Amino acid sequence: MGEVKLIGTHQSFPCARIEWGLKIKGVEYEYLKEDLSNKSDLLIESNPVHKKVPVLIHKGKPIAESLVILEYIDEIWKDNNAHSLLPQDPYERALARFWAKFIDEKCVTSVWGACVAQEGEEKEKAVEGAIETLSHLEKQIKGKKFFGGEKIGYLDIVAGWLSYWLSVLEELGEIELVNAERFPCLHEWGKNFINTSPIKDCIPPREDVLAYFSFGINYVRSMAPNKA
Amino acid sequence: MADEVTLLDFWPSPFGMRLRIALAEKGIKYEYKDEDLRNKSPLLLKMNPVHKKIPVLIHNGKPICESLIAVQYIDEVWSDRSPLLPSDPYQRAQARFWADFVDKKIYDAGRKVWTLKGEEQEAGKKEFLDALKLLEDQLGDKPYFGGDNIGYVDVSLVPFYSWFKAYETFGNINIEKECPKFIAWAKRCLQKESVSSSLPDQNKVYDFIVEMRKKFGLE
Repeated sequence: MGEVKLIGTHQSFPCARIEWGLKIKGVEYEYLKEDLSNKSDLLIESNPVHKKVPVLIHKGKPIAESLVILEYIDEIWKDNNAHSLLPQDPYERALARFWAKFIDEKCVTSVWGACVAQEGEEKEKAVEGAIETLSHLEKQIKGKKFFGGEKIGYLDIVAGWLSYWLSVLEELGEIELVNAERFPCLHEWGKNFINTSPIKDCIPPREDVLAYFSFGINYVRSMAPNKA
Repeated sequence: MADEVTLLDFWPSPFGMRLRIALAEKGIKYEYKDEDLRNKSPLLLKMNPVHKKIPVLIHNGKPICESLIAVQYIDEVWSDRSPLLPSDPYQRAQARFWADFVDKKIYDAGRKVWTLKGEEQEAGKKEFLDALKLLEDQLGDKPYFGGDNIGYVDVSLVPFYSWFKAYETFGNINIEKECPKFIAWAKRCLQKESVSSSLPDQNKVYDFIVEMRKKFGLE
């Protein structure tokens, strides 16, 4: 006990990724809740480069960046009775990593942009852009229960925010991106994912996510140059 | 059956250079195809329909896109020689973290140095040099980030060295003065055949950047 600690906040979906990974592997861990408005010495020492959550601390040694942490978890606890998060085949692994990067660099950015953009042409364009990035994921999930196949895998965990956090962003941004008409396969996947254990056991209350994102959106909007 | 390996690349691309180094370290024979990025080949568009970017590694007809992903693929497929990632999972996580840092910082900060002016350029210069200094600290007393031999982080980072004349000239900075350890490490890497055969001459890259700046109307 005390061997595995996770520094995080429940509202943050990159932190949720790590909880999901650890729970799938059946690893016990201590959750160290972080107040991001008043970062702890432990967080700053453990992730001096980015000072961000999540950080996994295993036997006293820290690992940062959610995608890096997920691969570490998969490698360290590979002999557990739980299945592998990443595929075994190198080509399939490369594809999983490719789509994970795409999700983090393109989907997150474009969805956030569509949410934050204010009324008018700018918002319309941002929404189109977000829909375009999500259409690639619709193609990837088509014909499969999970991105990982029959069982939840690395890419499901990385995409997991789409099954819950996305709807909060859609509400705050007054947009609709993923629905059963436009992206039936992604919509279905989201419902399956969020209702599966252990995923559903570590999702934060909706009000908390609303408050968390509201703050961020208002901040970004307040920084935007005033339109005459 | 012999492996068929093709690399779709563009000679000044630091991302392409990563793959050239990795393939050379593993002694893999491959076909090199230089793309005209203003007139992308049907093969590139077919192999990377999502981003339409180089580099793309094609192995027995199957494409692998994104340079660091392709380097890891090369390391996993040709795992019997010249390992690029460490065997210890914690060291491997550290290598992935730092390569990710290089990806997030070096290209973008460097780009600010050669494209911007005034305050914005100064901010870019600081970002760039701070990142190099952080990497110097990470290197410590080791000859390479990979330890006794070049590894994943070295491969991800050393290509940017070929852009240093351009950064120094347009940014009016002396990188060797600011980060002597970094320069010493880069020169050490260049002693290796896999690196020296993969990086273009700094002057050639500089001339290319001069042309790019003209095209962007930066002169």
